[in-house]
Amino acid sequence: MSTMKKVMAWVDERYPATQVWEEHLSKYYAPKNFNFWYFFGSLALLVLVMQILTGVWLAMSYKPDATQAFASVEYIMRDVDWGWLIRYMHSTGASAFFIVVYLHMFRGLIYGSYRKPRELLWIIGVIIYLAMMATAFFGYLLPWGQMSFWGAQVIVNLFAAVPFVGEELSVWVRGDYVISDVTLNRFFAFHFLLPFILAALVFVHIVALHKVGSNNPDGIEIKKNKDANGIPLDGIPFHPYYTVKDIVGVAGFLFLFSAALFFAPEMGGFFIEYPNFEPANPLKTPEHIAPVWYFTPYYAMLRAIPPLLGSQFPGVVVMFGAIAVFFALPWLDRSPVKSIRYKGPLFKIAIAIFVVSFVVLGWLGVQASTPAKTLLAQIFTALYFAFFFLMPWYSKIDKTKPVPERVTE
Amino acid sequence: MKKLVIAFVMAVLPAIALAAGPGVPLDKAPVNLRDQASLQRGAQMFVNYCLSCHSAQFLRYNRMGEDLGISDEQLKANMMFGTDKVGDTMTIAMAAKDAKVWFGNPPPDLSVIARARGADWLYTYMRTFYVDEKKPFGVNNAVFPDVGMPHVLWELQGMQKPVLHTTTAADGSSHTSITGYETVKAGTMTPAEYDAAVGDLVNFMVYMGEPTQLKRQELGVKVLIFLAFFFVLAYLLKKEYWKDIH
Repeated sequence: MSTMKKVMAWVDERYPATQVWEEHLSKYYAPKNFNFWYFFGSLALLVLVMQILTGVWLAMSYKPDATQAFASVEYIMRDVDWGWLIRYMHSTGASAFFIVVYLHMFRGLIYGSYRKPRELLWIIGVIIYLAMMATAFFGYLLPWGQMSFWGAQVIVNLFAAVPFVGEELSVWVRGDYVISDVTLNRFFAFHFLLPFILAALVFVHIVALHKVGSNNPDGIEIKKNKDANGIPLDGIPFHPYYTVKDIVGVAGFLFLFSAALFFAPEMGGFFIEYPNFEPANPLKTPEHIAPVWYFTPYYAMLRAIPPLLGSQFPGVVVMFGAIAVFFALPWLDRSPVKSIRYKGPLFKIAIAIFVVSFVVLGWLGVQASTPAKTLLAQIFTALYFAFFFLMPWYSKIDKTKPVPERVTE
Repeated sequence: MKKLVIAFVMAVLPAIALAAGPGVPLDKAPVNLRDQASLQRGAQMFVNYCLSCHSAQFLRYNRMGEDLGISDEQLKANMMFGTDKVGDTMTIAMAAKDAKVWFGNPPPDLSVIARARGADWLYTYMRTFYVDEKKPFGVNNAVFPDVGMPHVLWELQGMQKPVLHTTTAADGSSHTSITGYETVKAGTMTPAEYDAAVGDLVNFMVYMGEPTQLKRQELGVKVLIFLAFFFVLAYLLKKEYWKDIH
């Protein structure tokens, strides 16, 4: 033991190992009233690490070449030892990542985790979400199936809708006039690079979190009530309390994740779309192009907005606006309280409408469009934005309940 | 939370009702990957009837042999016509260029076709070829209209023509659908035998789409049992640590 202490003393003189451990784990005080919703931050980190590891191993056998990509995926599935497991971990992991992050974001929404002083923490989170979407988009081209190809074709064509420079811009992105080998190669490069940027952003997200401290289901600042030693009365050290608690979350998550991975890796065409088992064919457009489920709410918005002067640009603006509006959220909420527990009925109705809109838009995004469905998509797009744009008004006039001094059970 | 769920269901229900669309109803394929005899019969049928125009370039003969209980000698004697290396994949000699001239489109590789189309689609497809003199090969198909493929299994099934039923809607538009089939020329198999043979073939194609699937599910059971056990341990550990937090 004393040798161990000596080693640590030697290290600590040269690197703040013990100091970092204490500041961020053993003496980092988190509110003691975290509930179910607080599992998803650590789970997102777990999935990120899993995606990076499985991704690196997949890259050892994958060939980013238009003539070999599809075959190399099947080679991984059949001939590489445990290749099928690594591949399914990665494909299921992509969807799991979005499920976990959507739940993590929803937690932020209902408990007001974006409110002062956590605005930057929230904004960094939205940037992470954007980086995640970019990574997923680049990755989806790699299996070089029909949906990979045509999905990428549709998305890259969005750039062509930009006024004046659109055409050149889309050619610049693809490196060709159509999605081709050169596009596949560069998408592979970006798909390999972005996760490391994502990891760096996650690090920054955690630095920001530890500066301001975690919010909690009551939405009150535990730092306001400290004991004689300066320790928050409602805080407990992250380690060991939340590390052991998060292990429970990890076990529960892995159970559901494995159930999907081993028994329904395609998840009825939602995690791996059936047309993607046909190799990409630039001459054969599938009858119905749908992105993977985690993009479909935005895809539904894109299709819902009618073109202006023959240009799809308004739809593109609305689609990106739907994500960009998250950046403004900290300043849209004028409620005197943070948490849904003390907010009034207006907020509860608004968030219910928002969740319904997001889910219905997601469902509409996988359907072939019909006039009735386009109308539905327009209505729910309007409701989606109403949640944000009407927030300064309804959050201000809403009837709130008094917030307790200390956290509740 | 409960209110949220109810609100959600109320909002989504009408949207789901709108979703039901038309399409040829598919028959349920009798897929059972544990029925090795069926898989072997299906494999035999596949190499005899499919594997001259269609390849299965991701499936190796000896991998199939290992999974289906067929020895290398049996493979060589009964199932390998284009190669004598059991480690080879199921490729064909026909050039894609020629195939395009002959069939309009090169016949697709079938390795993962069961995953792209689904077993029920394949099962229905192989049983719904019907006489149509307008087509180059004299046949058409109910689930794949104007298909470029001839009815390869006609000697087994025979030839059938569709029984059509035309309904006229209130607005005067009419809609014709196939309600059944009549045998024009009998095949060497009875309809029941033919359905069973196609069932074996589709069963094999489902195996071929993902040869590891049985192994995947077996491993999955073990993993889930372990995780359930681990979850209980993790929960007890958490309880122990948290007992003095109030």
